[in-house]
Amino acid sequence: MLETARQALLTPPESKAAGGPALAVRGLSVFFGRQAAVKNVSVDIATRAVTAIIGPSGCGKSTFLRALNRMHELNPEARMEGEIRLFGDDIYSRHVEAVAVRRRIGMVFQKSNPFPTMSIAENVTVGLRLNGIRNRKILAERAERTLRMAALWDEVKDRLHAPAISLSGGQQQRLCIARALAVQPEVLLMDEPASALDPLATSKIEDLIVQLKKDYTIVIVTHNMQQAARASDFTAFFYLGELVEFGPTAKIFTSPSQKQTEDYVTGRFG
Amino acid sequence: MALAIFVLVLLIGYELLHGSRLSLHQFGWRFLITRDWDVLNEKLGALTFIYGTLVTSAIALLIAVPISVGTAIYLTEVAPLRLRQPLVMFVELLAAIPSVVLGLWGLFVLVPFMRDHVDPSLEKLLGFLPLFKGPIYGIGFLSAGVILAIMIVPIITSVSREILRSVPGLQREAAYALGATRWEVTRIAVLSYAKKGLFGAVILGLGRALGETMAATMVIGNIPNISASLFAPGYTMASVLANEFTEAVSGLYLSALFEVGLALLGVTLVVNAFAQLLLKTFAGPTIKPQH
Repeated sequence: MLETARQALLTPPESKAAGGPALAVRGLSVFFGRQAAVKNVSVDIATRAVTAIIGPSGCGKSTFLRALNRMHELNPEARMEGEIRLFGDDIYSRHVEAVAVRRRIGMVFQKSNPFPTMSIAENVTVGLRLNGIRNRKILAERAERTLRMAALWDEVKDRLHAPAISLSGGQQQRLCIARALAVQPEVLLMDEPASALDPLATSKIEDLIVQLKKDYTIVIVTHNMQQAARASDFTAFFYLGELVEFGPTAKIFTSPSQKQTEDYVTGRFG
Repeated sequence: MALAIFVLVLLIGYELLHGSRLSLHQFGWRFLITRDWDVLNEKLGALTFIYGTLVTSAIALLIAVPISVGTAIYLTEVAPLRLRQPLVMFVELLAAIPSVVLGLWGLFVLVPFMRDHVDPSLEKLLGFLPLFKGPIYGIGFLSAGVILAIMIVPIITSVSREILRSVPGLQREAAYALGATRWEVTRIAVLSYAKKGLFGAVILGLGRALGETMAATMVIGNIPNISASLFAPGYTMASVLANEFTEAVSGLYLSALFEVGLALLGVTLVVNAFAQLLLKTFAGPTIKPQH
């Protein structure tokens, strides 16, 4: 499984996307100990589109996101029920390792977390190097391509070998996006990627998300309603661990069918 | 407070310098490169002790560092949560063993074991190296190094564990999200983040090994000797101080012992400075805490 995932790194993601949703979630529940953080959620995540997940703090949206690439398993208390299929493959099948799943579904976190001992270029290519790609030319090419994709190339091309932590917060976050993109994941998960950034850096990240959806399937958790409205095609509203409403973003924000959704998007609670 | 420590170190240095002025005057700097320790004829030099201290400490580090860092990695990254606390207590228990007790154990258990099993096997396997050639007594540099290793494992382990625990969870998650296996996460996210701190932990252990007296004294043989063979008996700076202060009758003898103490302080400082230099050269930039 690991080997096939490693092979897949060299083929672009386009060839894998053939109709249907990127992720099909069925009856997903996630528990921490006895507490259910996500309750019986079913949803299809559309291919090459941005799906935003909104909801008040503690509604389970981050847990839901982390279950999509099995990151929640890092918490030994966590347990899940239900089924998630990535382009038809059951990612919780007993024959599939979490490691292989995460190679296909990348993730960007709330706070930027570049590896501080590595240079900018090394941060971008670390995923490839983990997979045994050593050829410097390939690595340099991929670093440039990915940094361009992350709209960071022009700002760093003259100091690729400077430490990653010499970048500003917004640049670091775009570097983390580049690092996730370099292994050409089929889906990119983003957990409030702009919540720690100033408005200018935030708008750069949003522009980038809109750019990236041409090639990637993106799921983004956000606290920021405007961000969801601006950057996403579909929106899922979570409340108390349940998926209250899911639909095209325009509909969720203009004519939601649930009262709770309307109250939340109009700012009446949350 | 910091100033008080500074003054204390200066005072200790002054005391040692003052005590050793006779010997300094008599032997000059050649004291440090003289092999003889002939008390009757008052031909005295510290080279054998410096050698013994450095060799035993080096052996101790070679053995203790992989074990300690490995244990710390196991305790923070691998061990099941329920096991961690008991194991940590165990490591700390090891640190609480008085060195004289460890020395006794060394003399009555470790030394015979080294003599009958470890040393002969080493000679058979690696006997082509001068390090593992020569008569086997059991007591000697190697046994002392092993005892010192046992003594510094707890300190290196617990400091390393604290350092590894201080690596932000976000660093680990970054690596996990790239599809890294647990070992890859440890390597790219944890160890590279922590390497500077781990180096510091090793230096703490080294400081302990250089100065440790009792346990080494009991198993090293206490014979001023420089020999390529690690099976041979030797002497360390700390041991000669402990053993011979009570017998030092002549002023020059006593003064020479003071100078050995001064040399021990000097070696410790030089080794630490050298380590700092290594750290600056190889460990890269200091990591600012992320916020």
